[in-house]
Parts: sequence; C-alpha cells; structure tokens
Amino acid sequence: MTEAPATLRHTPLHASHLALSARMVPYAGYEMPVQYTSILDEHRTVRGAVGVFDLSHMGELHLSGPEALAFARYAVVSDPGLLEPGQAQYSMLCAPDGGIIDDVIVYRVDDGYLMVCNAANHDAVLAQLESLSAHGDFDVHLADRSDETALIAPQGPRAAELLGRLTDLDLSELGNYRSVPGRVAGTECLVARTGYTGEDGFELFCAARRAQRLWDALISTGADLGLRPCGLGSRDTLRLEAGMPLYGNELDRSVNPYEANLGRVVKLEKGEFVGRAALAAVQQTGPRRRLVGLMMRDEAIARHGYPVLVDGAESGVVTSGTLSPTLGERIAMAYLPAADAAVGAEVEVVVRDRPHPAEQVKLPFYRRPKPDPA
Amino acid sequence: MSTTPPDDRRYSREHEWVQVDGSVAVIGITSFATDELGDIVYIELPEIGARLAQFASFGVVESVKAVSDLFAPVSGDVAEVNGDLRTSPELLNTDPFGTGWIAKVTLADPAEMDKLLDAAGYAELTAG
Repeated sequence: MTEAPATLRHTPLHASHLALSARMVPYAGYEMPVQYTSILDEHRTVRGAVGVFDLSHMGELHLSGPEALAFARYAVVSDPGLLEPGQAQYSMLCAPDGGIIDDVIVYRVDDGYLMVCNAANHDAVLAQLESLSAHGDFDVHLADRSDETALIAPQGPRAAELLGRLTDLDLSELGNYRSVPGRVAGTECLVARTGYTGEDGFELFCAARRAQRLWDALISTGADLGLRPCGLGSRDTLRLEAGMPLYGNELDRSVNPYEANLGRVVKLEKGEFVGRAALAAVQQTGPRRRLVGLMMRDEAIARHGYPVLVDGAESGVVTSGTLSPTLGERIAMAYLPAADAAVGAEVEVVVRDRPHPAEQVKLPFYRRPKPDPA
Repeated sequence: MSTTPPDDRRYSREHEWVQVDGSVAVIGITSFATDELGDIVYIELPEIGARLAQFASFGVVESVKAVSDLFAPVSGDVAEVNGDLRTSPELLNTDPFGTGWIAKVTLADPAEMDKLLDAAGYAELTAG
C-alpha cells in the first residue's frame, strides 16, 4: 500500500470515516472516503433510499458588499441577477479565452452570494476572484469560508423524510435549487435543495465544528430509512448516470461551455463578463466539438481517455465511462467533432486496442421518476 | 473482508495466486486485490490454448471504478477458464480463493514457483 502523503488535509468528519472503515484516497489535496462498503451498494442506496456524503472538502466563497451582485455577474457566465432571494444557479467561471476555470453553484443568501466550487479548483477560483476584485474596482468583500464550513449532503428519494425528522423547516416549501437558513438536529445550517446525484436531496452547510454532531444525527436518524454513508466512488457513478459533468473529466481549461452542452448557462445578453467575447464568437460559429452520451453495444466498458472512432477514424475521446449500476448498461460521455455528434449515430470506442461498437444516446442516461402525485 | 491468504498456494507480488496439483496450476487473484478493486463487473478471460508467460499480462478485470491487468503468476498453456465469471464476475469479490478462480494452466516450468511468495510472505507484503 502507498502511504498517504502527510500533507493531505482532513475534513471535520475524518475520524468518522476511519471509524466506518472507509477506503480513503487522496482527492484534491484531501484524504477522502471513496467507499465505505461498496460503490454499488452506496449507489443503489442513493437511488432507492438515502445516502449521505461528506463534501466538506469543497470550497465556499462568500461575496458581500454594495457591488457583490455586479461583481458576481462579471465573474461568472450565468446571470446571478436573475436569482431571487434563496435561489441558486449552476454556473461557471471562464478565462478570457472561454475555457472553464471551474463549474460552481451560486446561492443568493441573506447577506450576499455564496459560491461553491470544486476542491481541486479552490485556489484557481479564489485567485481569479481576487484578481478581478483588485483590478475591476468593485466594492465587494470576498471571504473564503472553505475551512470553517462543512458540507454534508443527504441524497435520495427518502432524503426529505430523513431531514423532516430533524428540522422544523417546511421542506415541502423548499423547491429545487432553493436554500433556506434553519436548524437541522439543533445545528445552524444553510439547507439547500441541491445535489449532484440525479436524485432529490439536500446540501447542508454548517460550521465545521458542528459537522460531527450533524453527521451523527443524520446517520442515526436515517438507520431505519436504509441510510448509508456514501463515498466519492458512488458520487461519480451517480453523476455520470445523471449526465452531469465532472471537472477534470468533461470540463477543464481547454473546454468552453458550448462544447460541454452548457451553453444554456451562458447569458451573453447580460453585458460584459470574463470570457464574453470568446464565448460570443463560439455561440456565433457553433462549437467545434460536443459532449455526447454513448451506450456500448457489447461488454466493453469505455473509460476516461479511450479514443472514439467515427467511420473508423479516431476523432474523439471518452471523458467518463462505467457500467451503470441502475441501468445495467455500459455508459460513457465523450467529446466528438460537432459534425459527428448526433443521437442515434454509431461510433466505436477503442478498448484495449480493439474497437467496440457504441451508439450515441440522449443525455442524461438516467432521470429520476417523477414523484407519485398521490 | 479477511485478507488472510490460504497457505496451500503461492502468491505473486501483483496479487495473483497459484495452486498446483500435479502438472495443473489453478490461478486466481487474491482477496486483497479484489477488495482493493471494489465491485468487479467484468473480466476478460484468456482463451483456451493461449500460452501465458510468467508475470506477463493475460487478461483484464474491471471494477465499477477502475481497470486492472491480470498478470500470470506462472507460465503455461490455458487448459480451462472459469466461465461462471462471465455471468457472475462478482464471484471474484465474494470467493476469490474458491469459486472465483480464473483459469487452469498446464504448468510449463515448476521452478517458476520458487519466484513466488508463500502465504506468510504474501501476508507480510500486504500488511498495513
């Protein structure tokens, strides 16, 4: 076994992960649980009951001050000006050339805007925001609350039932992509109805020193609902089934939002923002490549980095792939030249030097069943 | 999962095991390996008659999260493969030292066994 470098950081729940015999791996500078029992078990738990994730490694950057909104509108490609109080939106920070620095969620909160970024990109996002606020002459206060903030995410069809046992908040009033401050298990939280699994679920932001108490309450209260703690392994298979991009796989500095099928997020009409000119040009001409969904036709499993052939010639690359635990199908996402991207079209994926047939399919692979109206 | 290796066979540093009965060697991967890999969903088995070379790749095992090569612990010709693994690759997780065996080969050079670890040596390799 390789010894984890001593410099890896721990979340406030690290001791719990070890006590649960989680398999720990280095991830974005943190030592994080990849699985507690089995990725498949944890995946099925989130699809069928409720799983709880420790996401305390993620970055929380808070914007406040008179020009917080103007600054946020300049920094990200979406328009935070469209957010009502308590609402959140998926967005991205882009570089001037349109390449994606990170994908983020921007929450409109009581005293400004909370931007949640990927742990691996925390430093890049912070540097970008600091640079913009220094040079853009915005009257904005930028606070990095990542270290003092824990993030715990119960996800799954029984997440609301679980949370309902631990809070006085009326969760039926809390819509998707909405958040509200409140107490959960006696802990002050920002309760957000967001997630990255394709299921109903919540993300609970709380003070790092309170995280253990909240985690313990969720685990013990959820036992009879079938709750399991879930690691990064199932988080990856869940988000892939739901067709959600992962930074480092589908998204990076060489990709622009239109290529990643995220053009709907970009609000060119809002006025000047970082990357606008480059993105407007892409929007005009159309992206030169596109992210597509693939379903393998045989037993081969496509993986990140495998070549994709169109008419026998190498023209694209797989960004993520796995055997879908929910569908029992071998699914993947890949970038293809825009001219070759078409639902229903046949391609081949080179798996261990041999081409295997695959069909382009509509994303997402999995959509959660609509709740029973009864 | 217990990772205590049975002492009736030998082990490679790449986490394969081999159990010899006369000229036939049964090969598989250890519980340490399958535990590390997690849920195994696919195995690419060698073809019957294929010649395996000691420590060379002879197949692939895929878990939900990763792909891993299989390395032959001994040289030999493949006489039989465990077809049950095609439909139930999870046997590699649940019973790697038993029903999760991978292939039987005709041992080419019994002296190669000396290059492998015994159970105590393998246990030491995988400890901590």
